Amino acid sequence: MSSPEKWTHPGPDAAPATAAKPTAEQVIAGLRATDEGGADLVQLLTPEGERVQHPDFDIDITAEELRGLYRDMVLVRRVDREANALQRKGELGIWVPLLGQEAAQIGAGRAMRPEDMAFPSYREHGIAWTRGVKPTDLLGIFRGTDNGTWDPVATRFHPYTIVIGNQVLNATGYAMGQKFDGKVGDADGEATICFFGDGATSQGDVHEGFVWAAVYDAPLVFFCQNNQWAISEPTERQSRLPLYQRARGYGFPGIRVDGNDVLATLAVTRWALEECRQGNGPILIEAFTYRMDAHTTSDDPSRYRLSDELELWKLKDPIERVKVHLVKQQWADQAYFESVEAEAERIAIELRDYCVNLPDPPAGRIFSEVYAEGNHVLEAQRDEFLAYHAGFAGGEH
Amino acid sequence: MAAPTMDRPTADATGAPAVQTLTIAKALNNGLRASMEADPKVIVMGEDVGKLGGVFRITDGLQKDFGEQRVLDTPLAESGIIGTAVGLAIRGYRPVCEIQFDGFIFPGFDQIVSQVAKLHFRTQGRLKVPMVIRVPFGGGIGAVEHHSESPESYFAHTAGLKVVACSNPADAYWMIQQAIDCDDPVLFFEPKRRYYEKGEVDTTAAPGPLFASRTLRTGSDVTLVTYGPMVRTSLEAAAAAEEEGRSLEVVDLRSLSPLDLAPVYESVRRTGRLVVVTEAPSESSISSEIAAKVQQECFYSLQAPVLRVTGFDTPYPPSKLEEEFLPDLDRVLHAVDRSLAW
Repeated sequence: MSSPEKWTHPGPDAAPATAAKPTAEQVIAGLRATDEGGADLVQLLTPEGERVQHPDFDIDITAEELRGLYRDMVLVRRVDREANALQRKGELGIWVPLLGQEAAQIGAGRAMRPEDMAFPSYREHGIAWTRGVKPTDLLGIFRGTDNGTWDPVATRFHPYTIVIGNQVLNATGYAMGQKFDGKVGDADGEATICFFGDGATSQGDVHEGFVWAAVYDAPLVFFCQNNQWAISEPTERQSRLPLYQRARGYGFPGIRVDGNDVLATLAVTRWALEECRQGNGPILIEAFTYRMDAHTTSDDPSRYRLSDELELWKLKDPIERVKVHLVKQQWADQAYFESVEAEAERIAIELRDYCVNLPDPPAGRIFSEVYAEGNHVLEAQRDEFLAYHAGFAGGEH
Repeated sequence: MAAPTMDRPTADATGAPAVQTLTIAKALNNGLRASMEADPKVIVMGEDVGKLGGVFRITDGLQKDFGEQRVLDTPLAESGIIGTAVGLAIRGYRPVCEIQFDGFIFPGFDQIVSQVAKLHFRTQGRLKVPMVIRVPFGGGIGAVEHHSESPESYFAHTAGLKVVACSNPADAYWMIQQAIDCDDPVLFFEPKRRYYEKGEVDTTAAPGPLFASRTLRTGSDVTLVTYGPMVRTSLEAAAAAEEEGRSLEVVDLRSLSPLDLAPVYESVRRTGRLVVVTEAPSESSISSEIAAKVQQECFYSLQAPVLRVTGFDTPYPPSKLEEEFLPDLDRVLHAVDRSLAW
């Protein structure tokens, strides 16, 4: 994924341009959705591990804080790789890899306060981690024992939403509720953050969410992880314009951050949430990142993208640059890195053991909690089924 | 509709007479007002529901009295109305969404089926979605396309939703309040061509359960089962049949999901004959479901096959043809004749 020069010639039929005045086609080409954003890209830690300054966003980070972000990213990557392996062994029906998006998610997740609310899509294992959701609680959906195990009220982390873009409207309504409840307008305020991908930006629900949040001044951060691919479709298939620039049309700020830079993501998201708490929402953040693995374990990226692209993005790995910086600053030593690796291994073993021992739910679970107040027609159907089921030796199996 | 009692009060808490003659539209308005007064978490949202009071004036005056934060004139996007209401419901509100016309609900269909209906099950009860989606439905008002549809079967077919239809002012007044009180999401269908028909509403009489059918007229020869706008048509058919010496029983389903068919079974066991009357087309519908269940429960009592009088399985026709499309008194009586002649 190279960064194309701005004003590149789009093709042989385009009108010639002068240096001073590009043609419309050239303007459009220069605004390509996959352009890394140049000067607009907020970056605080380069792929080489160098701290850089940004005129609008900076962050004071202690050694301990940066070690914490590093640890978060290593652990969620280990959880992700272990779950991916569990699928390969047949213990999970499917897994949705997070690989490559650790900085985008840990940066955004660690920018939240406990009282903020998060609405994920289905790849947000890193956000889940920052909300205190146990990694083992991510397994039920993908093993097929559950549709979501964690408590969305206690964790303030909504269930994974699988229909693309639906959660954006749900988050918008929730944020409207925060405002109606008088929780916006001072430093003690609340905000909501909603996660979705580049593909989702084509969904009507996302556009409607933008309209509604703007009209109601909702305290909502739209956090788009542009990982370049919606299964097999590149971002060019979703947008002519860099995604963050869409915000302007709806009347709120849009910012593109290096989604492989945990410091930049943390700084920008922290700022955006604070603006929302103060009543200056909504805000769109586009985290420019890369899906380093397949869309899901059922996908085969070799059919639609070149491995060269992955190799280029490996050079921008979100974890490696932090490790380099920690070493350069002498903020962490080999013993520290080994301790994090050991912790990751322990979590992986725990995940594996939990997964293989996760029992199938009883048959009666089919009918459980369909309604809050019951339904006599469904209850009759359940009773008939359970009586039928009990007719087999061993009862419920 | 409620039976008079000996010690009925003559005024409600606000000093208004306990028994008032109201249109369905006004009864809904009063019911919404009562719910909003009782619970500050009840909010009304939809297109034109604020200043205008809704295109049918069902929410007339509510924004003036409860403010713009409780009666929201929303952007013009049905998925947005439903989808944001889900978030508000999770936050602790009890949203009442108005879909301006039946045929406009489909942009919101995804949110209704994928989120509204499934969140409680998905979270095993950790999240409730106590919201009401009001839908003026059915034809007979001479409207252009998309303004006269009967889409209730889609929702009755969807697990996690409850679906009701009111047919008279007393039910309109009480059922809307009960739907708002319900912790499950409720699709609330309102018979738009009956909006301005009047009836007595006793605001002090305790209502029966929401998800229950009601026998409006007893009879011994044929049972008519219906709901919404066809209730009046069926009652008129029963009155006309009586002049010819035929005794028809009329059951108003009120609840389309779950169906409360016990009174229907009881009735069919007596009459041996059933005609189902709906405006909605017949294929894979509420009327199909009733026919299937009645043959299962009343097999030995039936003297004739279950017959249906419904809208046709076509798109709703141009309005100059809607009187042909909509079941009317003659078509109902024709089916009654066929049932009796079997």
